[in-house]
Amino acid sequence: MAEATETLEKQKKQSEPLFGKKNRRLISDPLNDNNPITVQVLGICSALAITVKMYPALVMSLSVLFVMGAGNVIVSLMRNLIPNRIRIIVQLVVVASLVILVDQVLKAFVYDVSKELSVFVGLIITNCIIMGRFEAFALTNKPWKSFLDGVGNAFGYAWILLAVAFFRELLGSGTVFGLQIIPDSWYLDAGGFYSDNGLMLLPPMALITVGVIIWVQRAKNSKLIEED
Amino acid sequence: MQELINIFVKAIFVENMIFAYFLGMCSYLAVSKKVDTAVGLGAAVIFVLGITVPVNYLLENYVLKEGALSWLGPQYANVDLSFLSFILFIAVIASMVQLVEMVVEKFAPALYGALGIFLPLIAVNCSILGGSLFMQERNYNTIGEATIFGLGSGVGWFLAIVAIAAIREKIRYSNIPAPLRGLGITFIVTGLMGIAFMAFMGIKL
Repeated sequence: MAEATETLEKQKKQSEPLFGKKNRRLISDPLNDNNPITVQVLGICSALAITVKMYPALVMSLSVLFVMGAGNVIVSLMRNLIPNRIRIIVQLVVVASLVILVDQVLKAFVYDVSKELSVFVGLIITNCIIMGRFEAFALTNKPWKSFLDGVGNAFGYAWILLAVAFFRELLGSGTVFGLQIIPDSWYLDAGGFYSDNGLMLLPPMALITVGVIIWVQRAKNSKLIEED
Repeated sequence: MQELINIFVKAIFVENMIFAYFLGMCSYLAVSKKVDTAVGLGAAVIFVLGITVPVNYLLENYVLKEGALSWLGPQYANVDLSFLSFILFIAVIASMVQLVEMVVEKFAPALYGALGIFLPLIAVNCSILGGSLFMQERNYNTIGEATIFGLGSGVGWFLAIVAIAAIREKIRYSNIPAPLRGLGITFIVTGLMGIAFMAFMGIKL
């Protein structure tokens, strides 16, 4: 009997290593099966407006990564202290403080990008991904797991953002991260056959690009198809 | 007067919250399956934007802006608290939503029945905070202009969500490729509506 409990305890200890299978799933799930944008439909507001160019999209992704990782840990540490009725205000204060931090850092070091992102840095506060993960995960889990969940969801958000920005920048202005990809000689001005598709730079094309990404993802992963 | 009408029309059509800035997309996609509920949420958004934008306007001009505290005395003339605007705006919005919910519940139970479940959702609707942040960025001259801007943005959001809800009710009878059903087609339809709304762009009012 004693032996049995001992092995049970051993198993319990073994079953929770720092990067165990369960913990790794916390990171890998949001990348595909449980992607925050294409499956959970969270955080679309900011995702679409800043994807004309890759660079602002990257800066935005890093900001969200920081806010989500740190915010999830803070909320998780306070989870037993927060009274249930005022939890939304407490969560908003945590996010808002982190976002102020990000905003000041961006203004100090990359002022151009900060101007380009304009109100969308502030809107990280009401980004539904962050509140959604606080509510669904950080309020009921330990800090390390919450950290992994936050980072995983931020990566899920980031890859969609970067994919949309990649297509919009490549097709819309012929560049990637500001580097010219389409050779000069292809353009009509130089006697070629190619011209950039200006439509891709307009805001509505972000929605259509995301729609197509969802289409491709669900065609490959038939679990995700909606019945309706 | 003409200036106010300009701001109102501009906020509804030219600078539509959904089609030009994608604000409030989360609830826009989640609560647009039926026209009835969409109307409820849209009305709640108009209501809350119409209240929070002027309140935040007062806060911005009498507390946060550089030199805004000079009414306290000349020694405060150089204080610039604008880095606190995010946290104060969101606190105002969260508490206003709570307050509005309680007042409506007490004095207009019928309205509460219609809007009640949507009000808590609204605290984290990006279009509400977005309204306040645009108000800050565009430096409106009077509180009247700020209020009209808030109401106009709300009406624009209302129009967008009711339109997409009506389209989604109809689209259920169409034969859409399976992977596009639901979310995918909604995104694409919103994109097409956005292109239609771009016709208003460049209109100088």
